[in-house]
Amino acid sequence: METSSSTYMKGGSFLLQETDATEIFTPEDFNEQHHMIAQTTDDFIEKEILPHIHEIDEQQEGLSVSLMKKVGKIGLLSIDVPEEYGGMGLDKTSSMLVAEHVGKSGSWAVTFSAHTGIGTLPIVYFGTEEQKKKYLPKLGSGEWISSYSLSEPGSGSDALAARTTATLSADGKFYTLNGTKMWLTNAGFADVYITFAKIDGEKFSAFIVEKGFPGVSTAPEEKKLGIKGSSTRQLLLDNAKVPAENLLGEIGRGHIIAFNILNVGRFKLGASVIGAAKKTITEAVVYAKARKQFNQPIAQFGLIKQKLADMAILTYVGESMVYRTAGLIDHILESVDKKSPEASKKTLKGIEEYAIECSIIKVMCSETLDFVVDEAVQIYGGYGYSEEYPVARAYRDSRINRIFEGTNEINRLLISVMLLKRSMKGELGLLTAAQQLANDLLSMPSSGNGEPEGIFASEQKMIANAKKIAVMTSGAAAQKYMDKLTDEQEVLAHISDIVMEVYAMESVLLRVKKHYASDDKPNELYVNIVRTFVNDAMARVEIYSRGILSAIAEGDMLRTYLTVLKRLMKYEPLNTVITKRAIADALIEKDRYDL
Amino acid sequence: MKILVFVNHVPDTETKVKVGADGKLIDPTGVNFMLNPYDELAVEEALRTREKFTGEVVVASLGGDSNKETLRKSLAMGCDKAVLLKDASVRDSFAVAGALADYAKEYGAEIIFFGKQSIDYDGAQVGGLVAEMLGLPSVSVVVKLEIKDGNIVAEREIEGGHEIVHTKLPAVIIAQKGLNDPRYPSLKGIMDAKRKPIEEKTIAAVESRVEVVEMRKPAAKAQGKIIGTDASAAAELVRLLHEEAKVI
Ligand SMILES: Cc1cc2nc3c(=O)[nH]c(=O)nc-3n(C[C@H](O)[C@H](O)[C@H](O)COP(=O)(O)OP(=O)(O)OC[C@H]3O[C@@H](n4cnc5c(N)ncnc54)[C@H](O)[C@@H]3O)c2cc1C
Repeated sequence: METSSSTYMKGGSFLLQETDATEIFTPEDFNEQHHMIAQTTDDFIEKEILPHIHEIDEQQEGLSVSLMKKVGKIGLLSIDVPEEYGGMGLDKTSSMLVAEHVGKSGSWAVTFSAHTGIGTLPIVYFGTEEQKKKYLPKLGSGEWISSYSLSEPGSGSDALAARTTATLSADGKFYTLNGTKMWLTNAGFADVYITFAKIDGEKFSAFIVEKGFPGVSTAPEEKKLGIKGSSTRQLLLDNAKVPAENLLGEIGRGHIIAFNILNVGRFKLGASVIGAAKKTITEAVVYAKARKQFNQPIAQFGLIKQKLADMAILTYVGESMVYRTAGLIDHILESVDKKSPEASKKTLKGIEEYAIECSIIKVMCSETLDFVVDEAVQIYGGYGYSEEYPVARAYRDSRINRIFEGTNEINRLLISVMLLKRSMKGELGLLTAAQQLANDLLSMPSSGNGEPEGIFASEQKMIANAKKIAVMTSGAAAQKYMDKLTDEQEVLAHISDIVMEVYAMESVLLRVKKHYASDDKPNELYVNIVRTFVNDAMARVEIYSRGILSAIAEGDMLRTYLTVLKRLMKYEPLNTVITKRAIADALIEKDRYDL
Repeated sequence: MKILVFVNHVPDTETKVKVGADGKLIDPTGVNFMLNPYDELAVEEALRTREKFTGEVVVASLGGDSNKETLRKSLAMGCDKAVLLKDASVRDSFAVAGALADYAKEYGAEIIFFGKQSIDYDGAQVGGLVAEMLGLPSVSVVVKLEIKDGNIVAEREIEGGHEIVHTKLPAVIIAQKGLNDPRYPSLKGIMDAKRKPIEEKTIAAVESRVEVVEMRKPAAKAQGKIIGTDASAAAELVRLLHEEAKVI
């Protein structure tokens, strides 16, 4: 494996290269502004939002909107809006930090992120000068609230199958839109809807639709499982009259807008759920210390400690991935001249470079939060089932994250499909690496060159082996199914599962190596987190790879693969009872998630 | 108007503090620090005063380099200029006040804002001491402030009610909760703060008059005891309060 030498890491290349710990960006590398932005966001959420969380959930008239206007005053709605249009135009790390701290506010976080993300970014990146001038200052300040309408009753994951139509009037002055859009977050109070429709029933395009345009209305509120405080409605377009200049982007290129905006949304979602997870862990720790059964705090029971440790490890790992990726994106965006007319295009291209990482973050972090809230309810026992305590709401609010911004199934498929596609195009050497590896593994008894050294020697070797397993399984699958591979979703998803574990293991290891594992005085807590996660992740990698291999091979071939797998899976198991107790003890001592 | 506000950098109320190895100071490792909440009220009032009368707000803090974080936050809230009175030694309130008074005089402040107390040592002395040293009038625990034509009408919180006092500029105003609702540093404020100067000044050493000889945590509270859950427990409760706790 080679070490990265180019000025930036290519997306997905973590699978084939080794990264030096000094190269990755981590939360420990935040600068003073980042800390201040995080603090101001946190103060706002703690003082202005959390005390009203019940009223927000009851959709008290006007409340969410007034809070949006209030947060707009301190600039949090305009981080991604360029300075020319009254915004802050800050880096993605700042944007992620705000998403993380807002993330603990449940429903309101969804209101916030729909507005600042899918509601505003399409205009930032695809708007004409006039559109930007007209809408961005209003959206950045919170004077107007935005909403995004891609989904329809009949088309969700298959968004391009939308049925809503747009027809240009004979004089070319306006489009007439007809159709029903589904699931618009913020629809109840939005002033603007970024709406997708097919011109002449075929050319998928986007429009900026205003609330007051003739023929535009919304249906009653959906009754939802969670995030009850966010508004979700249908948008009804009944001969809606939209001025021709409100076409957003190019005719027939709506999918470019939809897909690009999703990339950003996905990794912001990752940051947001990490914020929610930290809050829930803190609540669980405090509760577990206070609740006594059998004459002792339940926090002293091994099974409760195990839960707390698992919750914290996954959250810490998720956070490591989120900010590593933010750093990658910021690095690539630094070279974009914000003043150039090509700025938007280049920015999107920069983000798209890491589309694989964005999907990884979306899937892993949303599943982490679901795990965290589920175990939190369990730690609270019966009280977790009661509305009197905060975890019941957290449990309900978490679930949506696996569904929107592309379901986790769609994102899982995307990860391996994108990897393979980039390899076919020659952008990533995955398939050549697979070929190479196949030769090496059959001829050599063990991987010889450059054994890792230092405190994480064995973990680094495990990760290197996991990468080989990812390469081996995807190479084997590509060879077996060729262009029919997309039909083998189960195999693709498992390849993605392995790839995700690799990114997760490596991100947390590099972070800790960079900051807490200087050879003279490694910090035991963080070293334990790495060792424990890598140990557990490898066990999962083994299950996934067995699943793949037994689906694609049989007989001697399968036995050969399994022999190789066994060799790559050789590592000394860790006593995770001890490490997890120690990690839980650290949380208990600190009284909160503070890693 | 030349407006001066003094701020302190104190342990975050959420962090758990430990007594340090010398038994006299807290152990700062792993402790987050923040702008003292009462001083935040003082900063806000200083900014509002500037918004009314124009002029500048200088924020100053005495301490080590880490105090810059709190100064930076004050700048992000909108103060114009920051001054770090650099001193790493341990000082009592009197010695602190001496250094602050020197700076206030040098700057020529027309109004000086303080918070009621620092939530670290809770001395609640510095504002009053500075006023005395400068020979200025001071009003403490202020919950409402009006300034007009150099006259000050301030409302103070006193036991069971409020007191309204009149005085004149220049003066020292010491803020209590309720005076205002401090603003959040805006993103613009945060980015602007990066470009605002923090001036460092060395200050003369002075001897403290009060020395901390020992610092310790209060003893853990004993477990409560449930004697019974109905009226029949009353007699036993009375007996215990009388004989064991000896409070009745
Ligand atoms: C509360 C809420 C808020 C929302 N906010 C917005 C919004 O603001 N704007 C907006 O445009 N949309 C929004 N959505 C819509 C959301 O993005 C969609 O629900 C989501 O994309 C899934 O589409 P669907 O519901 O039609 O499910 P479907 O696409 O019907 O999927 C159903 C199941 O089939 C699986 N599936 C689908 N296709 C495949 C495939 N090819 N391979 C394997 N499995 C597949 C899915 O993963 C899922 O498990 C919101 C939804 C909700 C519930």
